[in-house]
Amino acid sequence: MTAQPVLIIGARSDIAMALARRYAAAGHDLQLAARRSEGLAADAADLALRHGVKASVHELDILDAASFGPFLDSLPVLPATAICVVGVLGEQAVSEADPAAATLVIRSNYEGPALLTGLIANRFAERGSGTIIGISSVAGDRGRASNYVYGSAKAGYTAFLSGLRNRLSKRGVHVMTVLPGFVRTRMTAGMDLPLRLTAEPDAVAEGIYQAAAKRRDVIYVKPIWRLVMTVIRAIPERIFKGTSL
Amino acid sequence: MMIEGWGRFPRQLCRVHAPRDEAALRMALAEGPRIARGNGRGYGDCAMQRNATIDMRAFRRMLAFEEENGQLVVEAGVLLADVIATFLPRGWFPPVTPGTKFVTIGGMVAADVHGKNHHRDGTFGRFVDWLDLMTEDGTVLRCSPQENAELFAWTIGGMGLTGIILRVAFRLRRVESAWIRQTTLPARDLGEVMALFEANEAATYSVAWIDCLTTGAAMGRSALMLGEHATTDELSRVRRSAPFHVPRKPVRKVPVDLPQVALNRMTVRAFNALYHRNARAGAGTSVVDWDSYFYPLDAILEWNRIYGARGFMQFQCVLPTGAAKEGLTALLQAIAASGQGSFLSVLKRMGGEAGGMSFPREGYTLALDFPFSERSASLMDRLDAITLDHGGRFYLAKDARMAAATLRRSDPRAGAFAAMRRECALGLFRSSQSERLCL
Repeated sequence: MTAQPVLIIGARSDIAMALARRYAAAGHDLQLAARRSEGLAADAADLALRHGVKASVHELDILDAASFGPFLDSLPVLPATAICVVGVLGEQAVSEADPAAATLVIRSNYEGPALLTGLIANRFAERGSGTIIGISSVAGDRGRASNYVYGSAKAGYTAFLSGLRNRLSKRGVHVMTVLPGFVRTRMTAGMDLPLRLTAEPDAVAEGIYQAAAKRRDVIYVKPIWRLVMTVIRAIPERIFKGTSL
Repeated sequence: MMIEGWGRFPRQLCRVHAPRDEAALRMALAEGPRIARGNGRGYGDCAMQRNATIDMRAFRRMLAFEEENGQLVVEAGVLLADVIATFLPRGWFPPVTPGTKFVTIGGMVAADVHGKNHHRDGTFGRFVDWLDLMTEDGTVLRCSPQENAELFAWTIGGMGLTGIILRVAFRLRRVESAWIRQTTLPARDLGEVMALFEANEAATYSVAWIDCLTTGAAMGRSALMLGEHATTDELSRVRRSAPFHVPRKPVRKVPVDLPQVALNRMTVRAFNALYHRNARAGAGTSVVDWDSYFYPLDAILEWNRIYGARGFMQFQCVLPTGAAKEGLTALLQAIAASGQGSFLSVLKRMGGEAGGMSFPREGYTLALDFPFSERSASLMDRLDAITLDHGGRFYLAKDARMAAATLRRSDPRAGAFAAMRRECALGLFRSSQSERLCL
C-alpha cells in the first residue's frame, strides 16, 4: 500500500532531505519543490529506488506568489501532508545595513511561506482533510540583537500558523508548528553550536514524523528548547535589553 | 584532521574536504595534490593525501536501476551495505563482494575488489558497464570498454590515481534467497586444501581459513568453506515463505582499544585451535544467512580495535599457480619461525587476471594480519622477499609499508601505469601510498 503523498517545500535543505527520507521509508510518495529544482532529480531517483515510492520534482520560487496557484495545480495530486521547510538565515549585520538584504530575509521566511501555506490550507479545508507542517524557529520566540531580522520573520510565520490552526481545527485540517533549535546543516556550517542544544537533521525529521502522527500542535524538536525559550521569554525586557544572548 | 586507514597505520594529518556537489568537488581539486577517499576501509595509506583528501561520502545517491539486466547506477559514495539493503529484498545481490559491506562503490572500483567467487567470476570491475570520471581539470569523462577505454581499464584497480570516480554503472546478479548453502571441508595440511580448491573449481564461492602457526606435518591445516546461493526449494518451509527475510541479529562493537598484549601467540593459537576443531566438528552442509556468510566481521563494529591503538598491518599476496605450493610453504615457514601469529589468515584460489593495475591473477592468494610492531615489520619484509622469489604480487588496498622497488619488481605493470599517469598529466591525483610507491 502506498501511503499518502507528502509535499516538501524548500526541498533542497538538509532538514527537507532528511524528512523526505523519513516519509519515503514509511512508504509515502513525495513531491519535492524548490528553486533550481533540476538539482533534485538525482535525489528523487534515489528516494524512489531505495524506498519503492514515487518521487516528483517541481520548480517553485517562494518569492513569486503569483506562481503559487499554478504550482499547486501542477502537482500530480493534492498532497495529504504539506511541509514548508523554506528558510533563509541571512546575515544580521548585512540585514541591518541593507534594506534589500533584509527584504529578502523577511519575504523568504515570512511572506512566501505564509502565503503558500495559506493557499494550501484553503485547498485542504475544501477537501476536509490534510496536515500542514510549518518549520518556523525558536528565533521567533523573542527578538535578539544577533538575529532579529530573521527572528521577526519567523515570529510572523509562527503567528500565521497559530491562526491557521485555530481557523481550521474544526475543518479536519491539522496544522503543526515546528520550532527547531540548532540543527547541524549547511545553514549552520561553521558555527560553533552547543552540543546539547544541537540536533542532527535525521533526528529532526524523526521528531517531526512522530509528532505529526500524534497530531501535536507546537513542537520544539529537542525538549530542552522548550525550557530554554520559556526562560528567555520570561526575562523582563528591562534586563533582557542589556543581555547578549 | 588526523586520518587513518582500517589498519590504523599509518595515521596522518591531512586536510580533508567533504564536497557535497560537483561544483564544490571542482573547487577542492584546485587545491593541488589530492586523492578521493571512500569509507576508509582500505587498510593502509591508499586513501590519504596530506594536501587534500576528498571525502566522497556525500555522493551517496542511487540514480537508476534496470530490472531487465540488473544494471544499477549509483554515485561513488554509495555504500555496498545500502545496495544490499535496497536490492536483496527484490532478488538481487552484488556480483562480487569483498569481506566487508562497509565499502563505497567508488572504492570497490578503485581497488578492483575480489570476493570468494573470484576463481569463477573475476573481480568487481568485470561487472562495471561504465563510470564517470572527473579528471585533472574538472571535466567529467564517461569511461567504458567502448569509450575512453584505456582510461577505463586503468581506473579499475587504479587506486584513485586516474581521477575522481563520480558515478558507476554495474550489474547485480539475480538470487532466489538471502541464504547461502555452505559446505565446510576440513583439510589436514596445505597440500590437501589446495587439492580441495582444485576439486571444487565449480563452486560459486570458496575460501579457506588457514592456520599459520602449526608447523610440521599439519602445516597449512585449513577449513575450506564453499558456498552457493540457496534456491527457494533448498529452504525450510518457514524461510521459503519469505526467502529474503533474515531475522535481525545484535550488532556488537569493540568498545575500546584493547591492549596489544590481548592478541599474542597464545590467544591466536587458542583461537586457531578452536576454529579448526569447530570446522572438523561442523564439517558438512548448513544454510546460513548472507550477512553471516559474507561479512562475519561486520557483526563486530570497529573490530580493528582488537589490535590496540598502534594498529595492525595486512599482508596479501598472490602467487602464480605453478609456484604456489612452494611459495606458500616458504611463507608459512617464515611466519611460524617468527612466532608472529596472524589472527585471521585466509587462503583463496584465484582465477584469471583483469587489466590495468587489478591485483588478482591466476594462482593462490594469502591474506594475513599482524599487530603493528618492529618485529612484524621485519617479518613482512621477509614475506615480501619470498613472494618476489615466487613471482607473486601484492594487493595495494592492503599495503601500508611496501618499498617502491618491491612493487616494481613484483609487477611490471607499475612502470606502465606511472608512465601513463605522466603522459595523461594525472600526476596531481596522488595518495600517500602512490607517493611512497613512486607511481
